[in-house]
Amino acid sequence: MEAPNVEELLVQAERDEAQKLQRITVHKELELEFDLGNLLASDRNPPTTVRHAGATPEAELRALARDNTQLLINELWQLPTERVEEAVVARLPEPSTRLPREKPLPRPRPLTRWQQFARLKGIRPKKKTNLVWDEASGQWRRRWGYKRARDDTKEWLIEVPGGADPMEDQFAKRIQAKKERVAKNELNRLRNLARAHKMQVPSAAGLHPTGHQSKEELGRAMQVAKVSTASVGRFQERLPKEKAPRGSGKKRKFQPLFGDFAAEKKSQLELLRVMNSKKPQLDVTRATNKQMREEDQEAAAQRKKMSQKGKRKGGRPGPGGKRKGGGPPSQGGKRKGGLGGKMQSRPPGVGGKRRGGVQPHGGKRRK
Amino acid sequence: MRPLTEEETRVMFEKIAKYIGENLQLLVDRPDGTYCFRLHNDRVYYVSENILKLAANISGNKLVSLGTCFGKFTKTHKFRLHVTALDYLAPYAKGFGVAAKSTQDCRKVDPMAIVVFHQADIGEYVLSIQVAQ
Repeated sequence: MEAPNVEELLVQAERDEAQKLQRITVHKELELEFDLGNLLASDRNPPTTVRHAGATPEAELRALARDNTQLLINELWQLPTERVEEAVVARLPEPSTRLPREKPLPRPRPLTRWQQFARLKGIRPKKKTNLVWDEASGQWRRRWGYKRARDDTKEWLIEVPGGADPMEDQFAKRIQAKKERVAKNELNRLRNLARAHKMQVPSAAGLHPTGHQSKEELGRAMQVAKVSTASVGRFQERLPKEKAPRGSGKKRKFQPLFGDFAAEKKSQLELLRVMNSKKPQLDVTRATNKQMREEDQEAAAQRKKMSQKGKRKGGRPGPGGKRKGGGPPSQGGKRKGGLGGKMQSRPPGVGGKRRGGVQPHGGKRRK
Repeated sequence: MRPLTEEETRVMFEKIAKYIGENLQLLVDRPDGTYCFRLHNDRVYYVSENILKLAANISGNKLVSLGTCFGKFTKTHKFRLHVTALDYLAPYAKGFGVAAKSTQDCRKVDPMAIVVFHQADIGEYVLSIQVAQ
């Protein structure tokens, strides 16, 4: 009785195995291209099943994705593995796909002062060794940098040079000189940087008194000196007639949130009044009368010219610009009676208010 | 949140005045309450005094909006009017279209020429036809 059970179990086990294998193995016409460094698998098979699916290809797409992922993971399982903190990890090879640049190429920078000078003089950088043999310490030391070979600040014995003051501290002098060199180097580096980025460097003009300084330089030096205190110049005394520096602070001051509402309203109404008054008060009567008077004058001038020179030059046409005003002479006659008459009938009070209302017909109304 | 500066107020009023003209002073000076303009995160809000007092109790970075947003100031300090201001501008609106010709041309043109473009959506067009009938 147990034999058929065991057989059944075996058959079941075999079927399970086959199913598992079926899931793991995927049949593809064209092999996939793998770039395991980027965990990339490229499938070049034509997607016929997806195309035949029609409107809802979700199931086919999902099956395709599953198959491709299965193949990728199969490949990953074949990589050499190592153990990192109780986890088995596959070591990925180098990525073979070249990714495009993330950022654009950097712009060429302007040459520094030294580079310009070297180019001018034709100086080429001489190749030097990094390490130099240091006799004193008996070992190879750097040419420059930390624990360099010949660091004159680190000497333990300095002879007083011939012409120097015997009470002067030579060690301190050397340290001071080094600090100055470092500061100068830093200044030049910043200047080169500012030139590269086209920024302005705060100039130290006027801070080193020479005795021949302009008024502006002295003023600037005075301002800088005033502000160079711990409170940034807030509690510096002023001369009796000196005015307070204005525009020195950067913080903007706004009106308080609940200021006087009435005052706010008043100032806004005042602003509105000023705005409205500045609008050109297009008094249409005066404008049209002025225009018509101008045109009449032009027409008269032209008639005079024509009569004088017409016979000699055969009636040359007047300048083009004036034509516009004198264009339709027939309307001019009608205008005098029409518009002028209509305007005169209105009371002047209404005429004033129509300032805003006139605009739809008379003025340019652009939104 | 802060009140508008002179410059900002002027820019904003100029923009609004293009739509409602001198009726703007009716917005500033209302008979039924004190309303004011306040700036918060570059947006201009038209808010009554009591709402403003309530809004002052909310910290700036947690306050989203107050009253009605009329518009906002762009990065280059131009004022852009928003549609949320429509309820307040509609009762005072002037005019109905864009000029098609300049002032001079309007006077010299024949009687059948088009001088104003009134832009509207299809609903307004149908309505206007119905009203005309």
